[in-house]
Amino acid sequence: MASATIASATVRAQDAPAPRFAVGDRVRVRATYPLGHIRTPFYVRGRSGVIERLCGVFGNPEELAQMRSGEPRQPLYRVRFLQRDLWPDYAGSPDDVVEVEIYQHWLEPV
Amino acid sequence: MSEDRGTYQPLTYFQLMEVSLRELLVEKGILSDAEVNAAVEDMRARGPERGAKVVARAWTDPAFKARLLADGTRACEEMGLDVPALRLVVVENTPEVHNAIVCTLCSCYPRMLLGLPPDWYKSREYRSRMVREPRAVLAEFGLVLPDSVRIRVHDSTADMRYMVLPMRPAGTEGWSEERLASIVTRDCMIGVAVPRLP
Amino acid sequence: MSEKVPSPADLLRRGHHDMGGLPAGRVERREHDYAEWERRVDALMVLLSGIRGGRRLMTVDELRKNIEALPPEAYDRMSYYERWIVSIMQTMIQRGVITTEELGRKMEEIARRG
Repeated sequence: MASATIASATVRAQDAPAPRFAVGDRVRVRATYPLGHIRTPFYVRGRSGVIERLCGVFGNPEELAQMRSGEPRQPLYRVRFLQRDLWPDYAGSPDDVVEVEIYQHWLEPV
Repeated sequence: MSEDRGTYQPLTYFQLMEVSLRELLVEKGILSDAEVNAAVEDMRARGPERGAKVVARAWTDPAFKARLLADGTRACEEMGLDVPALRLVVVENTPEVHNAIVCTLCSCYPRMLLGLPPDWYKSREYRSRMVREPRAVLAEFGLVLPDSVRIRVHDSTADMRYMVLPMRPAGTEGWSEERLASIVTRDCMIGVAVPRLP
Repeated sequence: MSEKVPSPADLLRRGHHDMGGLPAGRVERREHDYAEWERRVDALMVLLSGIRGGRRLMTVDELRKNIEALPPEAYDRMSYYERWIVSIMQTMIQRGVITTEELGRKMEEIARRG
């Protein structure tokens, strides 16, 4: 039974995974379509981009949405995608980009 | 929405839900009407003029600008701007790069700095198209950028909230911070406009 | 170009809220002054999510999850704070802060007040 209140934050024993990726690494977003609350947009699934920055380590929204603790916390990255890689008929500068924050467990190395 | 029938307008289903929720929470001692009213007034006091002050400061103080770009939240706090729970990332427009902000999944926005976002920012049209055809959307807002300017769209999918630091327009040399802030609109800080001289 | 009618699986693979990249019309530069009831919904969320400290009774993640669970046509036709108030209420029921019965009784009570 989910508790009505959330205890104030205390660090639990479950460690966050170490950041796997560095700025400049090329990564692909996993092309999987599971259920639940997901913050990896459909339009980047299966797409490749470059790590622009490590934003920090955060609770997993997929878990927090289900009234759980959000652990294990996940490294979060800004991933930069070229618009021309996302949309076959993109009409704009070839250097136009979209930057999206993606949790580590959704990324794999290219 | 309910029709205007003079002074009495029956509650919509959703307004009824708001009253019900609030009364139940108060009855259960979870919150008080005073707290709700205080929170309403707190948000009402937050508006784009707060962001405009930050922009004006960055335009006139290069060291502040560097701090702002490194840690947006801390820079706001340094200016005495209360921004609870906000993880602000400020992205800088340059002659080569124009930034624009969207949240395709819901409508995340730096509310604690800039107040409540406009309806259009939350619309299906903006959320769908801004990542797909930003130049066309910007053109609809009256902003046409040459291909020599790269567009960088930020989709705020996680905890960070974004604000655009627009370029300071020519013709503003010697202006006070207050005067500079007056030309920085909310739309400039979302990235669908640029500051213009009146 | 013929448009494929989405299968049920297609509809599940992509949430209705997950609209980045889908075709859509012109952005209408709509704005409105927020009504007081809408401001109160916003305030309730700030208070319940513990942004200003104090007890935290829900997360923004639950708010989003319950908005995403709205029927697609309702999602499209509801206003922003209509979606929020339904989602907050669903969350309170899921968390056991408020029961369906309590809500029903309260709604009847308010209707009786007229």
